[in-house]
Amino acid sequence: MAIDTEKNSYTVIFAIAMVVVVGAILAGLASGLKPLVKANERYEKQQNILYALGVNNNTGANDVEFIPTNIVEEEFNKYIKKQYVIQGGEVTEDDEAYLIDIKKESAKAKNPDYERRLPLFVGEKDGKEVYIVPVRGKGLWDAIWGYVALDKDMVVQGVYFDHKGETPGLGAEIKQRYFMDDFTGEKFLDGDVFKGIKVAKGNNDPKNTIKDDHEVDALAGATITGDGVSAMLQKDVRMYKSYFDSLN
Amino acid sequence: MGLLSKKDSKLILDPLADNNPITIQVLGICSALAITAQLKPSIVMAISVLFVMGVGNVVISLMRNIIPSKIRIIVQLIVVATLVIIVDQVLKAFSYALSKELSVFIGLIITNCIIMGRFEAFALGNGVWRSFLDGIGNALGYGVILIIVGFFRELLGSGTLFGLKVLGDPVEKTGLYAIGYENNGFMVLPPMALIVVGLIIWVQRSRNKALIED
Repeated sequence: MAIDTEKNSYTVIFAIAMVVVVGAILAGLASGLKPLVKANERYEKQQNILYALGVNNNTGANDVEFIPTNIVEEEFNKYIKKQYVIQGGEVTEDDEAYLIDIKKESAKAKNPDYERRLPLFVGEKDGKEVYIVPVRGKGLWDAIWGYVALDKDMVVQGVYFDHKGETPGLGAEIKQRYFMDDFTGEKFLDGDVFKGIKVAKGNNDPKNTIKDDHEVDALAGATITGDGVSAMLQKDVRMYKSYFDSLN
Repeated sequence: MGLLSKKDSKLILDPLADNNPITIQVLGICSALAITAQLKPSIVMAISVLFVMGVGNVVISLMRNIIPSKIRIIVQLIVVATLVIIVDQVLKAFSYALSKELSVFIGLIITNCIIMGRFEAFALGNGVWRSFLDGIGNALGYGVILIIVGFFRELLGSGTLFGLKVLGDPVEKTGLYAIGYENNGFMVLPPMALIVVGLIIWVQRSRNKALIED
């Protein structure tokens, strides 16, 4: 018996059957691979945090090479001495603080009753304690995020930035060495006041030799991404100010 | 080829040369521009498309007698989309760094007109084995061009192949750079992919005059 494939009822049944079958296949696949994907995301966070701390595999002057995934867990545990969660002025130790989803936290924080959980990682570099804070903001097209490593006076020791969909060659350059390296040595504080670090156009210090002007040189053609970086640093690092105050 | 009949081997060999999807049919150009700045993503893209086209053509061919013709384009789209999501998930699980690098381009396989074109033009009207060969052939034809373009763009633009500094170190001034060679940064930008594809088309047509249209 030949099926009449032109009938409307057949078309509808076919469509429904197809959706069910495809849905089942994809759902099965996604849940089957989830543990692997999750692990990869975790390694990536560890790699990024270590990169901000200055632990990387860079060889050339322009490289951004992470610690390989197979040893990153070990290295992470070696270099990151403590992880804290700061919630409403209270600091608690939490070995999985790095897994806190900054995006979800900032969304929840829109509710005035919610005390936002702020993760903080304490690492050690050259015998000095380094505090790494995560930041997240908006670029031109989509989210930008990163990690900023600070000493106890909020002087930048290293940064790592990443983005979801900035323009290649323009905004996407925020994850290039020449941009990220400029931040090292810049100060968030002016005396005791939080000033932040600005990605500035028309910077009269393009080589970035002056380290206490709270400015780094902007990327040509990426004004809005640069402003996004400034705003992200201003807003997210500021939340940690009281913690840093308590250190001194 | 002893393994395949003459007609079957034509299905594989034609798209590699005289009926190449990129250089002759001028399909799939956007992905050829987007991901060919380096060799490695070009090869991954080629392999991904090979998988999607090979399996997709087989699936469509298997279903060709039961697909209602009214919704056949949607059915084709669902098949491509499903296969692409599978590729995306597998890359995320087993090659995370690469999946980040390819990010949206994997998704863009869905819009690769070569795939929909072969589904519609070939798999809907041919048997499973022939559809499979046609899919593989076209994907190979597409992949070969991607790899050629990726090779030249990475070599001339960054002086590397697979990230290895084959021409010496531009900062330390070793190898070719010692005698004043410079990378051509323009090669890394998308317009040069179009120009390289253009050059391939030129070479191909000047070797085979039959391909030139009036």
